Amino acid sequence: MKEYDDIPGTYVFDAERARQGYPLNRFCMSLMHEDNRKRFKADEAAYVGTFGLSEEQVDAVLSRSWNRMLALGGNVYFMAKLFFTDGRSVQFACAQMAGMTQDAYAQMMLSGGRSPDGNRYKREQSDG
Amino acid sequence: MAEVFAALTTSHVPAMGAAVDLGKTRDEYWRPVFEGYEFAKRWIAETRPDVVILVYNDHATALGLDVIPTFALGCGAEFEPADEGWGRRPVPMVKGDPELAAHIAQSLILDEFDLTLINRMDVDHGLTVPLSMVFGQPEAWPCKVIPLAVNVVQYPPPTGNRCLRLGHALRKAVASYDRDLRVMVWGTGGMSHQLQGPRAGLINSEFDARFMDLLIDAPEEAASIRHVDYLRESGSEGIELVMWLIARGALTPKVRAVRRFYHVPASNTAVGHLILENAI
Ligand SMILES: [Fe+2]
Repeated sequence: MKEYDDIPGTYVFDAERARQGYPLNRFCMSLMHEDNRKRFKADEAAYVGTFGLSEEQVDAVLSRSWNRMLALGGNVYFMAKLFFTDGRSVQFACAQMAGMTQDAYAQMMLSGGRSPDGNRYKREQSDG
Repeated sequence: MAEVFAALTTSHVPAMGAAVDLGKTRDEYWRPVFEGYEFAKRWIAETRPDVVILVYNDHATALGLDVIPTFALGCGAEFEPADEGWGRRPVPMVKGDPELAAHIAQSLILDEFDLTLINRMDVDHGLTVPLSMVFGQPEAWPCKVIPLAVNVVQYPPPTGNRCLRLGHALRKAVASYDRDLRVMVWGTGGMSHQLQGPRAGLINSEFDARFMDLLIDAPEEAASIRHVDYLRESGSEGIELVMWLIARGALTPKVRAVRRFYHVPASNTAVGHLILENAI
């Protein structure tokens, strides 16, 4: 148990996650180049298959399961290359990670963002 | 002699750079943000630094996958604005100061800060957005810029205390350079924000206000904030705030805050900005 494991809804990109996520993040990084974006779009599974991801990681990428990508070692600054390849914004992906519509998320930000109250410890959430 | 005479801190939200590049700074959404930097534009025109040491972090652009330096000093003559996957920002080339950077590198390493030195590196929004917020859209940036890149992406970043001490060492290093140069240190990133997971969108205005109070008047106390408290209170990306402590450490123990600005939101982030001057 790490001291930050009791923070709800948060995947800390520590050395262990970075190790696990290295192939996943390397795949994301490759999307910085237009040629690679084209190859990826032409055949997503074939392209991802060249980076040595685990089966779970491949599945998370192909299904755009952002939170699973985070849990499997993805980091948002790398994943952003995939958001942009999809023509999406960081805010679009954040809304999906938060399980909200993009409108509801944008409205929450305009009203001052998500409050830390009730969001500091996992136990606050399970207690209701 | 050279001297660090002021510090400036600011968020470096990429969407603020995009607002500049796309001419949206007067839109309803962006106007309050950019009005908040009008003072900085006047102030910088009056104070005219020769060199800015710009503390920022790379966001999986030039660093962050294969090589992850905790502190990396840009020693090159120039740094090209990076293509972060949607083309290079239409901003001027960043001109370094290799002579001063070499002096700082030598001074800091002998002062026991084991820096990484970088001669060639593209610089991402973390560095170019603060330049745009303060200088607007000039043909060329009006001063030299020495990038100081800090790892805040892969946990753990350096501690706040280490950052404050690095600022102290930076002040000494600049003061021992035997040319008359007016130097500023900028600390960028923050304020509270979280860009990942079900808790995405977290903003903690109380934490941010207290952080600014402490940074100005009780930097040692700000430096003692633990990583887990940044993560919990300011969001997983709010931990970028440790970089502000480097800028603060480069000033005298007592400072005058000549500007303080805060606004929520810019995209997913709380925008904070300070201008501090030596008060002795
Ligand atoms: Fe950043």
